[in-house]
Parts: sequence; structure tokens; C-alpha cells
Amino acid sequence: MPPENASSVRPTASTAAVRDLSQAPVAIEVRDLEKSFRIPTHRVDSLKERMVRPFSSRDYRELHALHGVSFDIRQGEFFGIVGRNGSGKSTLLKLLASIYRPDAGGIRMAGRLAPFIELGVGFNVELTARENVVLNGVMMGLTPQETRRRLDAVLDFAELADFVDLKLKNYSSGMLVRLAFSLMMEVDADILLIDEVLAVGDAAFQQKCSDAFREMKAAGKTIVLVTHEMPSVEEYCDRAMLIDGGKIQHLGDPAEVGRRYLRLNFERGSDAQGGEESQDGGAVRVLDAHVENEQGETVTSLEHGEEIRLRLEVEALRDIPGLDIGFVVANADGVGVFQYGFPAGEGDESERSITAGQRVQAASTLGNLLAPGRYFVHCGLNYAFGGGIALYVHNAMDFVVFGGPSGRGIVFLPHESEATIEPAQKSV
Amino acid sequence: MSPGTNTETIASPQLADVHGPSALGGGRRRFFDLLWLMSMTEFKRVYFGTVLGYLWSLIRPLMLFAVLLFVFTKVFKVGHNLPYYPVLLLLGIVLFGFFQESTQNSVSSVVAQEGVVRKTQFPRLVIPLSVVVTALFNLCLNLIVVFAFILAWGVDPTWTWLLLPVALAAIFVLTAAASMILSVLYVRFRDVLIIWVVAAQVLFYASPILYPIEAVPESYQHLIFINPLAPIFEQVRVWMIEPNAPTAVDVVGGASGLIPAAAIFVGVCVFAVWIFNRDAPRIAEEL
Repeated sequence: MPPENASSVRPTASTAAVRDLSQAPVAIEVRDLEKSFRIPTHRVDSLKERMVRPFSSRDYRELHALHGVSFDIRQGEFFGIVGRNGSGKSTLLKLLASIYRPDAGGIRMAGRLAPFIELGVGFNVELTARENVVLNGVMMGLTPQETRRRLDAVLDFAELADFVDLKLKNYSSGMLVRLAFSLMMEVDADILLIDEVLAVGDAAFQQKCSDAFREMKAAGKTIVLVTHEMPSVEEYCDRAMLIDGGKIQHLGDPAEVGRRYLRLNFERGSDAQGGEESQDGGAVRVLDAHVENEQGETVTSLEHGEEIRLRLEVEALRDIPGLDIGFVVANADGVGVFQYGFPAGEGDESERSITAGQRVQAASTLGNLLAPGRYFVHCGLNYAFGGGIALYVHNAMDFVVFGGPSGRGIVFLPHESEATIEPAQKSV
Repeated sequence: MSPGTNTETIASPQLADVHGPSALGGGRRRFFDLLWLMSMTEFKRVYFGTVLGYLWSLIRPLMLFAVLLFVFTKVFKVGHNLPYYPVLLLLGIVLFGFFQESTQNSVSSVVAQEGVVRKTQFPRLVIPLSVVVTALFNLCLNLIVVFAFILAWGVDPTWTWLLLPVALAAIFVLTAAASMILSVLYVRFRDVLIIWVVAAQVLFYASPILYPIEAVPESYQHLIFINPLAPIFEQVRVWMIEPNAPTAVDVVGGASGLIPAAAIFVGVCVFAVWIFNRDAPRIAEEL
């Protein structure tokens, strides 16, 4: 099946019109891409050692990161690349960005590419915003004159015009991200390669970014977005590709890719970042786990104070006596913020038992006192009545909290405070 | 689910091969723009960012000069009866300082820019070269001071002063080549820095800076002139300060005597280009 047909099948396009891009010229052509890494079993990292044992570095094992990957991206397409950690998506991204060299196969591109592997990576904090913008603009392939001409536009978009001669080391992290994002918007490349940068800044700036993406899309730019945030993929992308084990698993409709990605996440065994453990080969499986806001919309970020709703859908694979659901909310450093549990269903054993194929839908609303940052929700499913662990899913969900009071700490508890000054003692 | 063979032939004419990372990567124009910008911003940052910025970079060679001048005219009396010893010493220190500063700073330059190398498409060669160019700006400023000193010492200007850029170009090329080799070796071998600090010391004593070449026993003069820096420094002496001093050719007794130094010079350059081109595409993976 020619994959380009998939874009017209897309049922819900967020732009005004569903665009048929299958006839558009190819912007990126990837053919039979192969990439493997040599992991030395014993790393020789000094010349001295190399002299003493000249052949010891020849021992290495091969890690196959990409295997026979071929696809086309059309001009004007918003293309999503999705995959779990270690799936090969980062390797693919770095090959597209000319950071790695392929072992075999070829990549061809029409036009200038601006890669954004990480926002602001080319910034030198010792230099001013002006110097950094010019330097990075040239890195992206503009001439110094062009970059200087666009400087004002970059600073306007970032709302940082007053800080143009301030060294970046004096910028807040929010300002840095805004500057980097604005620069990306203004370099005006034909092809943009973007890695997980959508959740940046406060709500107002996010809105601005989202508008800018739509504008770029409307202007016919080719955009490749690499992410594991499915809502962004479904919102922006015309087509998406799921990559796993160094191979393309699916290419086409973003919604379908999203479903397959979730399934992949919950079906497979544990890996470093996310995954699940079960005691006895799995009596239950997770069908869906996501975070919603107060309005019931699936979100990846919430403002401080906005209620968090965790949604979980589980299916029993055999008859079980009942299920207790537990959530652990942990911050980005892995520190558990709090945990709690609740039973599925009410009543005694007969009322709570679950038969094979039966589904459990859980919704849990949390008050959001969390400090700004990224949070992960681990999910533990226990057999009811002390039957042990049925399934534990590490990082079942994650979300970002933004806004709210700044300062140290992991939560912000409501407080009523008062401080009085003792009346001054009158000297007699 | 691979899309398989696409028989489409109406591909856009602008489709061009992507070759992956390389030393020059992304066109000559961008390379030189980046080189200039990076060197200039770094230079401005170091020398105009602080009040004493530029003065510090001048104080270092001047201090060294003062110490060595005292030791070698008052203690060891190597230069006490050579009328131009102080000017020669200063010029030599400033020129060698350029070589030493550039090479030592560039050893860790590629590794220090790890974030940029691993996450952006970037002509790798810009990194060590911008270190050398930054040092070159510094050298040009220092040379103004040296010129003032030369004139004040009573050296008569001659037309051969115009040949100084030739010597500078030769030193620049050798410095750049050494920097390329060192920066790319350091990615894999972290003891390169220690080795190079010692090697640079050896090169300093193996160049006619502290002593005039005539002071060396004749049988050792050939040995010293294997060091490619030695004939360059000797020519600078003849062109700039003492037109009657032995030229590099005189020292080794005929142009053929310069072949070993020239061979090493060319060898270092060729090796630099070869190793940098070989390793540049893989630097991001090695880090």
C-alpha cells in the first residue's frame, strides 16, 4: 500500500481543510536506512593503554538501531515519528539531522533543514541573546546578514526585546526556551525537524506556539515531529509513523498510530522508562491510561490548581476475585509525591468479582497542589482480598504542571499565615 | 509495514543527497561565516568582557619575557652580549605563545562542545579552528606591542618586514593542523592533553627562542632544525631584526638540509586532514 494515501483517510483534521498531499513532491526520501553502533566491551580511552594493548579495543558488540527503514515525506506535510525509548526513533532523527552518518541506505532532501533536537542546545550562556541568535541562525544555515535582519522578529515573538543585550546566564529557563522556540520559528527553513519541544513555556506562550505551528503548516512547510506525546501527534500531524525495534511498525493515520503506540506500551514487558511487571503472566491488561483536565479533554499539561483526572481502563484476561487500583504520583526525580488506592466496584466478594473479558473503567480526580514540573503516575493493580499484585505499570501516565507559585518544593499547600510584630517596648 | 519500493519518478528536482556529518559540512559559505562569528564572539567575550581582559593576555607573555630576560642575561649570560637578544626573545615568546595557547586550548575544544556536536548539525572543523583564529586575533594585538618595542630598541625598519605574514601563515597552518589532530584524538584518548603539555614544552626548548642558533654546537643545529618551527623562527629573526644573522638555509648548509623539517610540516598537515575527515562523521557517536 502506498503510504501517502493514508493522509487523505485522516478523519479529523484540525486544520480547516483536509489536505491531499499524496501528489505533492517528496521533501524527504529515506531508503533502506541501516545504522548500528559498536559498543566496545572494553573501552580503551588513553593512548598509553592503546600502546600497551593495541588490539584490545577490537572487541565490541553490535547494537542494531535501525534496520531497513524506508519512507517518504511529502512537501507541506506535518509528519509525526513515534516510538518508545530505545526504539530507534532518536537514531533516525539524528540521521535525518546529519548528526550521525548512516551505515547503509540513503537520505535525500529537498531544501534546507533546520533541526531542533533540543531547544537552545547551541546557546552559549556566556553570550548575549543578540550574539546567540546570530550564531544559531548561521548554524541553521542563514547568512549573518539574514539573521541580523530577523533578530527583531525573533525577540518580538519571544517577548524578550528588552533583554537583547543580557547574557543568557541571567535568563530564566522560561525565557531561554522562548528564545529558542522563537528562533526556530524564524529561521525559515523548508524542513523543520522537531524533537519533543511542544510543552514549553506558560499557557499563553503555548497557545502562541500552537498558532505558529498551524501557520507554518498553512504556509506549506514540511515539519517532522518526533515525540511520545500522542495528543500532539493527533492534533497536528497529517501522517505518523510508529517505529519499534528499529523497524517501521505502522505508517499512516495518526489516530491509528496512537492506538498502536499505546498497545505497544502496555503489551510489552518492562523497559527502562516505562513498562509493566506482573506476578503470574498477566491476569489483567491495561487498555488505556491517560490524563484529562476538568473539561474531560485529554491533555499532557495542566496549570497549577487545575484538577487532574486520571483515567484507566483495564480488561481481565481470566476470572479474578476483584481488583484494587493504586496510583503513585512521582515527580521527575523519581520522588514519590503521594499514593492512594481504591477498589474496583463495591460490596462483598460476589459483587466485586470480575470475569474474563470484563472491563473496569476507573476515573480519579485529584486536586492539583503540585509545584510546576513533570510528574509520572505509576499504576498498581492488586487482586482484591489480599491476593497480591496482578500488574504494576511503571510510568503509566505522565503530565506537566505549569504556572502557579514559584519557589522550592514539590507541592504548594494552601496556607493561612499571620505574623505580628510585638509592640515596641517603651523605655521608661 | 514498510512502504516498500516507491516507483514514483516525478520526485522534485531539488532532492539532494544528505551525506551526514563531516568536517566542513553544509557548504563553504556557512563554514566561514560560522568560523568568523565563533572566533569573533569568543574573542570579544574574553578580551572585552572584563575590565582587564586584554591586559591579562598581554601580561602573561610580558611576565615570561621579564623572567627569561633576567635569567638568560644576568644568570646564564647566554644573551648578555647579543645586542638584539631582548627583542628576539620577546618576538619568539609571543609567536610561540600563539602556537602553545592555540594547541592547548583546542585539545579539549571538541569535547567541551559536546552538546552542540551531539545535537546539531555542525561543521566539526569550525570548533578547533575557531580556537586558533581567536588566538590569532590575540597574536595580532600582541604584535603591535612587540613592534613598538622593536622600534624603541632601535631596530631599523627594512622591506623584509613585509615578509612577516609569510612566516605567520606558516605558523598558523602548522598550529591549525596540530589543533585538528589533538582535538580529534582527545575524543578517544583523554591522556592526550597531558602528553601535549609536555610535548609543547619540548618544542619550546627545541626552537631558537631562548638562544641564538649559533650558540648551539654545530652537530646539534641540524637536530634542532628537524623541528619545523625552528627554521620559521630563524627566518623571522633574519627578516625582522638581524638581517645579518644566518638564515635557515645557512644553518643547515643548503636548502636540502631543510627537507626533514618540510617533510614533517607537510606530514602533519596531511595527517591532520586525513584523521579529521575520517573521524568527524563519528565524533557524535564517540562522545
